[in-house]
Amino acid sequence: MAAAPALADVVAPGDVVFGEYGEVETSLTGVPGDSAAGREAFINRGLGNCLACHENSEMSDQPFHGEVGPMLDGVGDRWSEADLRGIIVNSKNIFPDTIMPAFYENAGFINTREDLIGETILTAQQVEDVVAYLMTLQD
Amino acid sequence: MPGTARKATMAALLAGTVMVVPALGDESAELVIDGEVFVTRTEAPEHMDYISEISSGWLFRSAETQAVQMDDFDNPGMLYVDGGLEEWTNVDGSEGQSCASCHDDAESMAGVRTRMPQVNADGELWAMEDYINNCRTERMGAEAWGWESADMLNMTSMISYQSRGMPVDVQIDGEAAEYWEQGREMYYTRYGQLNLSCANCHEDNYGNMLRADHLSQGHVNGFPVYRLKWAGVGSIHRRLRGCISDTRAETFARGSDELTALELYVASRGAGLSVESPSVRN
Ligand code: HEC
Ligand code: HEC
Repeated sequence: MAAAPALADVVAPGDVVFGEYGEVETSLTGVPGDSAAGREAFINRGLGNCLACHENSEMSDQPFHGEVGPMLDGVGDRWSEADLRGIIVNSKNIFPDTIMPAFYENAGFINTREDLIGETILTAQQVEDVVAYLMTLQD
Repeated sequence: MPGTARKATMAALLAGTVMVVPALGDESAELVIDGEVFVTRTEAPEHMDYISEISSGWLFRSAETQAVQMDDFDNPGMLYVDGGLEEWTNVDGSEGQSCASCHDDAESMAGVRTRMPQVNADGELWAMEDYINNCRTERMGAEAWGWESADMLNMTSMISYQSRGMPVDVQIDGEAAEYWEQGREMYYTRYGQLNLSCANCHEDNYGNMLRADHLSQGHVNGFPVYRLKWAGVGSIHRRLRGCISDTRAETFARGSDELTALELYVASRGAGLSVESPSVRN
């Protein structure tokens, strides 16, 4: 049984350290991401819902791929793990003003739905899972 | 199934897979109802910075949905128009009057939809629903209707239908200017945990798929619209509330000053498009 990370080991949303380009070198949990769970979070409308905006050939079993963002084929080749973590945590550091939501931020939003105030879209471990999944997308 | 692949690249990607592609309509189609040709694309109004041509939401719907709107016998929104016509002559309230007592034929309402929302004599911005309820409470001595009630939807559908084919033409200067500014500000505000503005979807991404949704420019010239998803007709404020909650934000009440100001700004972005009420959307 994989032990859940102790809360103390999880980097809180406001404490994430970004590099010069917006990349995040250190794992948010210290627990390796599970790419199968990351794939699920990518599809799930209540979690990443990444498919709403991105086409992804690896998921051609899924109907309805979005066209708002770039296609993610080969994204694990184009970007390093640290870059991808930075893009998921808060892509606005890398792409200023982008439409892409920040998946691990919990402040600075306007009129957030009451039950979501102070919450992030993904948990720290889900971010790691999605990063692990993206790293499997090689050209 | 008319599963038209939207792009050559998508077609290549899809080859040999079971992926379902939503049926997209013909974006160059012409909207003709009973021989009348509607303006579904035209030059953007001067006040718009990033878009040179505006286009009706009808163009972004599937061929099937487009066809339903082109035939009044198929368009379920026409039942609401009929309901509104019945109510028009119905005496209600303590003063023994109907709408027709003051306004004569329903055709006298032609043009009203094109200029709503509009600043009233007291300098307040009112939506069509506000004008209707004012007549009911102040002139007829009747109860105000709920914003999304069947009676209100019938009446707004019928009154809007009287302007069908006429160009949207709301006032945005003079006493309307402050409301228009308020609405404009809201349009570009990124709301909610998803941190999205109207412009993110309807200005920067119209024409793109957002998962199964084909993003339009988000105009209100077709309202009230019959939505298959709602299995009924809905108001402009219902739609605006829905889009705001989709950003995971607290949304504004129907009839609130905020939504009426936003309605004015959004209506002004569609100036020149034909009123299509009651339109049909998925
Ligand atoms: C609302 C739209 C939207 C959603 C949802 C979204 N993205 Fe994005 N994403 C974009 C856009 C747009 C870009 C391009 C950056 C830019 O210029 O704004 C992008 C860029 C990226 C990139 C860089 C791609 C490249 O080739 O450079 C990655 C990786 C990425 N997104 C992953 C994800 C993942 C994983 C999720 C879900 C957890 C996600 N995105 C959700 C819109 C979105
Ligand atoms: C996350 C994306 C998103 C955001 C943000 C968004 N919308 Fe929408 N909106 C949609 C989708 C999807 C539809 C249905 C398809 C279409 O017509 O674009 C829609 C439809 C509409 C329609 C109906 C258009 C028609 O022809 O029936 C209006 C009006 C509208 N939006 C206005 C707004 C306004 C105003 C805002 C900001 C308060 C907003 N939207 C924010 C996604 C969005």
